[in-house]
Amino acid sequence: MPLNLTVSPDFAPSHISGWFIFNTWMQRQLGEGIHLELYDSFDAQREDIKAGKYDLVYANPFDASMLVRDLGFKALVRPLAKADETIIATNADSSIRSVEDLDPGCQLYTTDDPDVNRIAMIMLEAADLDESNTQSHTVDSYVIVARNILKGSADAGFFLKDAYDELSDLIRSQMRVLITSEISVVHHTFLVGPKLQERAEEIQKFLIAMSNDAKGKSVLDSMGLQGFEEMTEEETEFMIDLIDTLID
Amino acid sequence: MSEHDTNDVRDVVIKYNDGTSRTTTVVDREVPYPEGKLIVSRTDTKGNITHANQAFVEMSGYMHEELIGQNHYILRHPDMPAVAFSGLWETIQSGKKWHGYVKNLRKDGAYYWVKATVIPNIRKGVVVGYTSVRRKPSRSKISESEALYKTLL
Repeated sequence: MPLNLTVSPDFAPSHISGWFIFNTWMQRQLGEGIHLELYDSFDAQREDIKAGKYDLVYANPFDASMLVRDLGFKALVRPLAKADETIIATNADSSIRSVEDLDPGCQLYTTDDPDVNRIAMIMLEAADLDESNTQSHTVDSYVIVARNILKGSADAGFFLKDAYDELSDLIRSQMRVLITSEISVVHHTFLVGPKLQERAEEIQKFLIAMSNDAKGKSVLDSMGLQGFEEMTEEETEFMIDLIDTLID
Repeated sequence: MSEHDTNDVRDVVIKYNDGTSRTTTVVDREVPYPEGKLIVSRTDTKGNITHANQAFVEMSGYMHEELIGQNHYILRHPDMPAVAFSGLWETIQSGKKWHGYVKNLRKDGAYYWVKATVIPNIRKGVVVGYTSVRRKPSRSKISESEALYKTLL
């Protein structure tokens, strides 16, 4: 029976093929068949992960917390120089210049990306805004968030910084960034499930070594990553503790 | 930063819950919270700092090496009532998460407000320390806290 791999749905659409290339590369390294499944929905993916469907997960930080603490997964590596940061943006023509200019009742456009939404809501707390006095609209992608900002239906939208940076120059030129998080220590992780733990060290080694050879480097390029670095158990616990402080 | 700041300078004796005290200079001047950042620190079970991120170094005014090993109470501002911290310790020692609004004292005597969350770090069922994460509070929460803390001093 092949192993199962899934990837947090917040990668840029341009990197979909990169994850399939990575899957082929992983199969060669492990000498086993791996089925890669990608999702549009964070919730649907989380349900399947909870049901024990996956052995390998490239997870966003909030899901990593659940995977380690509740499901016995082990974090092996994190992407090099790729912290998960959040942007709140508005229309460039708007009179809103900072999050404090957003009023109760404001229309917020978001995806269902749990870490982006949590960090963004934390940044809105400084303006006395929360779920009870804002109107959130969840849409399928960051491009649709941007579209709603451009057409004026959103007072502000939430973006993963990487996704914002990958929007076209034309779209970004019509938006204004109100705030960007600078947290640095919250990032994606690559984890293995309980069934694969005896191969954890081996997998960690070849993921870390990936950027050292030309083939591995080209696979990383296709995923928009520079490489992977080791994530120790204590570093994982530290990140999970930190995320825990962000959940009320 | 606060419209009520006077820039007045006063020397105060701050008493800590371990029986020690220090005399320090306090300046009535607020330093604005850095946008988008979290101030992160960890302590051992006695409150001695074991980790401080760059935002903590910048906001506290201490160098990183001055913070490590110091008790977290060096940030305690004399305008903060002792009861706020006893509530914090009771909560986290019982294994729960604590939230609160805190006025912190910088090394230069100025102050900054934070919304703080502290959680116990539990490893293999044992509390090995605490993580404190601070974020930007709203002005309304600061005003409410100032009014409340005055009644508790």
